[in-house]
Amino acid sequence: MHETHPAIETIGLRKAFGEKVAVEDLSLRVERGEVFGFLGPNGAGKTTSVKMLLGLCAPTAGKGFLLGRPVGTSAALGKVGFLPEHFRFHDWLKAHEFLFVHGRLYGMKEGVLKSRVPELLELVGLQAHAEKRLSEFSKGMLQRIGLAQALLNDPEVVFLDEPTSGLDPMGRRLVRDIIRDLKSRGTTVFLNSHLLSEVEVTCDRVSFVKHGRVVQTSPLKSLMNGMLNVEIRADKLTAETLEGLRRWTATVDRAGDTIRLRLAEESCLPDIHRFLVQQGADVYSLSPQRISLEELFVQIVGSEVGL
Amino acid sequence: MRTLRIIAGLTLREAVRRKIVLAALVMGGLFLTVYSVGFYYMNQDIQRHANVISMVAMKEMRNFMLLAGLYVVNFLTIAMAVLTSIDTLSGEISSGTVQTLVAKPVRRWQIVLGKWIGFVVLLTSYLLLMAGGVMVIVLVISGQHAPKPFLGLSLVWLNGLLLLSLSFFGGSRLSTLANGVLAFGLYGIGFVGGWIEQFGWLAGKPAAVKVGILSSLLFPGEALWKRAAFELQSPLVKTLGISPFTSASPPNAMMIGYAVLYAAVILALAVHKFSRRDL
Repeated sequence: MHETHPAIETIGLRKAFGEKVAVEDLSLRVERGEVFGFLGPNGAGKTTSVKMLLGLCAPTAGKGFLLGRPVGTSAALGKVGFLPEHFRFHDWLKAHEFLFVHGRLYGMKEGVLKSRVPELLELVGLQAHAEKRLSEFSKGMLQRIGLAQALLNDPEVVFLDEPTSGLDPMGRRLVRDIIRDLKSRGTTVFLNSHLLSEVEVTCDRVSFVKHGRVVQTSPLKSLMNGMLNVEIRADKLTAETLEGLRRWTATVDRAGDTIRLRLAEESCLPDIHRFLVQQGADVYSLSPQRISLEELFVQIVGSEVGL
Repeated sequence: MRTLRIIAGLTLREAVRRKIVLAALVMGGLFLTVYSVGFYYMNQDIQRHANVISMVAMKEMRNFMLLAGLYVVNFLTIAMAVLTSIDTLSGEISSGTVQTLVAKPVRRWQIVLGKWIGFVVLLTSYLLLMAGGVMVIVLVISGQHAPKPFLGLSLVWLNGLLLLSLSFFGGSRLSTLANGVLAFGLYGIGFVGGWIEQFGWLAGKPAAVKVGILSSLLFPGEALWKRAAFELQSPLVKTLGISPFTSASPPNAMMIGYAVLYAAVILALAVHKFSRRDL
């Protein structure tokens, strides 16, 4: 397919269900080979966005391209894998039959599938359950087989909508390893997730969405580096000293002998320490704390509960 | 073609795995057993009185029994057509099962038609087993057969396809339960309309005949059966024009053509709606 096109590109994609607007205005660009995290509270329009990209629901307005092909056509879907959020499959099929049928729907040849299906069952740790019907599977096992299904065709883009919601810690690690493996092979991964710890270790870039609008998109590294909380415990602090700290940051909170600062970078810490000592303060401790993605999430998206 | 075959195959496999085929075979076998025992004794009774009733009357009685059997088969076929397929679209939409199918490089019409073909295979097999069974039983026990068995059965088959398409039509836009209400509700209107028409014809009330025709236009299922029964009954009853299973004024070829068109249009509407709706 068109190698030069980005994996995903959307321009003002919008979806309204009657009065209710699920996705307001989605403009995104995901490059090939990226692991892209799509973050937002419940009801922010994450799943609807994925559904529009895959042609499961039609946009009310805007444009979207998947591997250079307009969304809503089946042209690009042969190179795409998808694990839906509410994964439900034909549970009267046996695990290997399920993968076989879905492989055939990708247009894969029976001969290819004969080796591909056992390979994938092994990848997701279900080789011992190949002959079991999906109706006997636990939620975690279903999520694993769903993941295998999304990888059948060796896709160029994989959409994972909350891929670890039903998994235990071992299962989560498995998903993490699979995502890493996909990345190393140059596969684009579009990850919808609430589990920020997961996003933190897997994603290259993240978008925060709120009310169906992208609030911020940044490389994860700069996002995480760019924010630092510093807690300083010191005596003999004057109002002048506190005022002086504002040259490094706008947020200075004082509670008793503790000051909390938010810094853009770590490199100013020695200067701050020097300044405090020069001002005659007794510094007992100065401890930088990385902001977790969760904290960032709350800051960017807001703390109101998603619906 | 490949996708249609895969989806149709999946539909058949589901029917086998979910024991629909087994249940249909067991119950169908029981039905045919009961029918054959009943027919055997009725036939014996008829033959015992061979000296007092004419050959013609004997033939009529047997044909009456044959039609009674096929009447039930017709009803079972349409019920099967609706009951087995009623949640194949709406159920998979509401459960989300359809999402992984639709996100494959397949067209949505292929999913609808593939399923439809799968159900047609099931329905055809069921009808052949049941109606074929009834006819063979009558033939073996009494040596008698219906006047136009193939034409008659084709019309019953068409009736099944009509209901099947209706269930797809509803399934592409309604919930499973609402779809059931729609399918049987429409069939009921066509059914009662058929009787009103017959009454109107016998009593010479053109208004009642018109109501009957209109309701057949609303849903031509019962009209198909009336024509099927007309083809399956003996020439004598045809001439007399009175029978509990058939109409005094059988639906004409135009009505049959209308039913075919009706089925094609609602199936096309099912495909159209499923192709456009959000999943």
